Amino acid sequence: MIPESFEYHAPKNLAEATRLVGQFGADGKLLAGGHSLVPLMKLRLAAPKHLIDITGIGELNYIREEGDRFEIGALTTHFQLESSGLLKSRCPLLPETAREIGDVQVRNKGTLGGSLAHSDPAADWPAAVVALDAEMHAVSASGERRIPAKDFFVDLLATALQPEEILAAIRVPALPARGGDAYAKHCHPASGFAVVGVAARVVLDERGNLAEIGVGITGVGPKAYRPAALEEALRGKSPGRKRLEEACAHAADGVEVNSDLYASAEYRGHLAAVYARRAVEKALERASENSQIS
Amino acid sequence: MRGKRDKHRRPPAAKGGVTRRDFLRGAGVTVSGGLLVGTQVGKAAQAPASSAVAGPGAVPVTLHVNGKVHRLQLEPRVTLLEALRNELDLTGAKKVCDRGVCGSCTVFVDRRPAYACDLLAIEAEGHQITTIEGIGSKDKLSPVMHAFVEHDAQQCGFCTPGFVMACTAFLERNPNPTLEEVEKGLGGNLCRCGTYAGIRLAVLDAAKAMKGGSHA
Ligand SMILES: Cc1cc2nc3c(=O)[nH]c(=O)nc-3n(C[C@H](O)[C@H](O)[C@H](O)COP(=O)(O)OP(=O)(O)OC[C@H]3O[C@@H](n4cnc5c(N)ncnc54)[C@H](O)[C@@H]3O)c2cc1C
Ligand code: FES
Ligand code: FES
Repeated sequence: MIPESFEYHAPKNLAEATRLVGQFGADGKLLAGGHSLVPLMKLRLAAPKHLIDITGIGELNYIREEGDRFEIGALTTHFQLESSGLLKSRCPLLPETAREIGDVQVRNKGTLGGSLAHSDPAADWPAAVVALDAEMHAVSASGERRIPAKDFFVDLLATALQPEEILAAIRVPALPARGGDAYAKHCHPASGFAVVGVAARVVLDERGNLAEIGVGITGVGPKAYRPAALEEALRGKSPGRKRLEEACAHAADGVEVNSDLYASAEYRGHLAAVYARRAVEKALERASENSQIS
Repeated sequence: MRGKRDKHRRPPAAKGGVTRRDFLRGAGVTVSGGLLVGTQVGKAAQAPASSAVAGPGAVPVTLHVNGKVHRLQLEPRVTLLEALRNELDLTGAKKVCDRGVCGSCTVFVDRRPAYACDLLAIEAEGHQITTIEGIGSKDKLSPVMHAFVEHDAQQCGFCTPGFVMACTAFLERNPNPTLEEVEKGLGGNLCRCGTYAGIRLAVLDAAKAMKGGSHA
């Protein structure tokens, strides 16, 4: 398996990279971790004439705290996110999600931006960024665009990014006081990808009711989504076990549920409810621990 | 609603009127295998070449492998695995799946395990590459290699170099692993002969043998 021939470009900074993607448009492809793109090129399912290797662009690899937000460069690897002490204490959903991605070889090289731009329906990051209402920064030669996570994933393998745009960074809110994060995943036993993955962030009010809830679900539909009915059933309420279970039964409402050899649509829909409950329960547990501390 | 297919929603059409999903189904490529089509499949190039362009023909590529410098002429599409095996005669890293799934091509890039089949050789320029040949030899087995021999942790042996590399890297970060951690930590490597039981014991043993000393 050998990819089709291509011209190789290794821009040293973002400005040069945006110029190249602008110049080549649909004939160019960005190379980040290569874990999705290189196999596709070997199978000749992708055959870019120009490969633009952005792995040498240091300015796209960072984790930066900005007040109550974090900005994370697109080239930050799964491993860097998994092992960041800062994120573990201030935005634990990200390291917890990173830890669940594939295997160590994949985490060492695979990047946040590559995973989001690829938008595999079974990828883990989309659940987290949707749950956190992340803001995606897309940069092109003509400027910068900020795309809310809910508008970023368009369909199976399709995002709002244009061929001349580079995903440069994402911004996510840090864990607020009385907040709790959790990621619950049912792994495909062979590939490690998510059959179902549910990311949750909850925030309690002084009385212990659910002031805020954000849930992101991956693996279930063609793209990651927020289960509106589930969130609505819990927002502002006191989160008892029974209410939680009833709310989570709505985890896949209105979604065209995926079906494959491993999991039928019916089974996946069931898993969505189970893993949604596990994720929200765990997030609530952590939020109440955090409430006692503060 | 749950579990039902919504007939009214059509996925965006790919080239030639075939939808992405139809194409993927037809091609037998699984979504959760991480092997999916990008949005753009090849088209004739019109754009002028940029200044820093390399290829598509062979270009000079300098690789640092096991402490030695190698100057090669390679097309940009050549993977690190192919360069190691075909150009440098370092055939320890094996080509099995060639798509980042089985781990038999595992090498270290700057001391961290990576799949050499998913990495272009030209991308590896400027990085320190270590292969199985760089961590031990027949006369001087590394502690992990020794433990594999002791536990008969191989059958056909094809996955073994990749496993030894992955185990070595794993023990560097987890010097006192539990059996459960070993299982999860080595999930990136597959053995078709099913020698996992021996491999796990070998890792636990190597961990004991390596206590207090550097091993590689
Ligand atoms: C064995 C295996 C197991 C895996 N398991 C999991 C798993 O459990 N969970 C999971 O979520 N993922 C998993 N993955 C996928 C992995 O996370 C990849 O890293 C990810 O899908 C793609 O990221 P990358 O950096 O490798 O991107 P690449 O493969 O380099 O690129 C992917 C696509 O994104 C585009 N792109 C890359 N960077 C940018 C950017 N900054 N802006 C715009 N476009 C860009 C590329 O042009 C390409 O089309 C697995 C992969 C393998 C091989
Ligand atoms: S040959 Fe590289 S992972 Fe299988
Ligand atoms: S020993 Fe044969 S593949 Fe592992």
